[in-house]
Amino acid sequence: MDWMKLFRSERKNSAHVARDRLKLVVMHQREGRGAGPDWLPRLREDLLAVVRRYTEVADDAVHVRVQHDQGVDLLEMNIALPEEERGGSVSKAGST
Amino acid sequence: MTRHLLIIFGGLSALAKIIVVTSGKGGVGKTTTSASFATGLAVRGYKTAVVDFDVGLRNLDLIMGVERRVVFDFVNVIQGEATLRQALIRDKRYDNLAILAASQTRDKEALTIDGVQRVLEELAKEFDYVVCDSPAGIEHGAYAAMYFADEALVVTNPEVSSVRDSDRVLGLLSSKTRKAEQGEGTVREHLVLTRYNPARVAKGEMLSVDDVTDILAIPLLGIIPESQAVLNSSNQGVPVVADTETDAGSAYADMVARFLGEERAHRFVEVEKKGFLGRLFGT
Repeated sequence: MDWMKLFRSERKNSAHVARDRLKLVVMHQREGRGAGPDWLPRLREDLLAVVRRYTEVADDAVHVRVQHDQGVDLLEMNIALPEEERGGSVSKAGST
Repeated sequence: MTRHLLIIFGGLSALAKIIVVTSGKGGVGKTTTSASFATGLAVRGYKTAVVDFDVGLRNLDLIMGVERRVVFDFVNVIQGEATLRQALIRDKRYDNLAILAASQTRDKEALTIDGVQRVLEELAKEFDYVVCDSPAGIEHGAYAAMYFADEALVVTNPEVSSVRDSDRVLGLLSSKTRKAEQGEGTVREHLVLTRYNPARVAKGEMLSVDDVTDILAIPLLGIIPESQAVLNSSNQGVPVVADTETDAGSAYADMVARFLGEERAHRFVEVEKKGFLGRLFGT
């Protein structure tokens, strides 16, 4: 199977593109459900509006979720900056 | 102590397991999977009923080859126009198997949650397993099919829209079912990856099993290879699992065995494992 890998790397691997696109879409989709308070989607919208005052980002650039870890509720925000802003392309913040 | 255990055990075994076959997206193989899964359970000796929830677009009867025997349907039973006994079609090839057809003429709202519950409870008295073949979409019919489920087979193609829709359905299974609403635990979810083509996966043209299980994060029950056998068997009204000489048929038989707790290695993952015919016809 190793020669296959060489073969793969030389051409555009559409399965990898599909996987990466799906991961984003699904992550976005999961924010709206189950775990987390019902204000989470509104927080996400507000954050997106704030980020957009400074730079142009896509609709799905902002991710927020609440995780429960050892009795602590952790709010995690993920903001993906556009390509040209790279220097640390993803900023992460956590608060309890 | 012993007495308590006995009571608990008796209570559980008296109830049939209700399994919904669902996907969100249409055309991924829900009915094919429902037919083969139910037939596979019946072959293994379990009394199994398979119910078509796709009101208005029934097809399970056709796939099972009983389309000429449909007199009464699911909606007739719900509305009291026929008894369940009259509407159930007993399969002539498999003693343990019965089919309940969907109505072709009514609208989806005819599947009231109360009505569905009454029919499923009555089925649960006679059968070990009740397989609910969900319609596509996430509207009322799909909701009715999943509402009473204990377990779910999430049928997914290795393709972006199908995976995304399956993820949507997983969200509904964890919130819109009776188990979720009443805090009775969770619906046990199983991934059934259909139309898998290992040759295209090897070329990087198709999402791999690992990609899909990684994204959906539910246990894999079966991989069904893209196969000529599926069309051949639907042409004839015979569930594909009936012919375990075929790749898809044996994959479904394996899937049923795993569902019943047997260890079976997944096949059809790699190109090398394809048979001669698969090599010849696989694109």
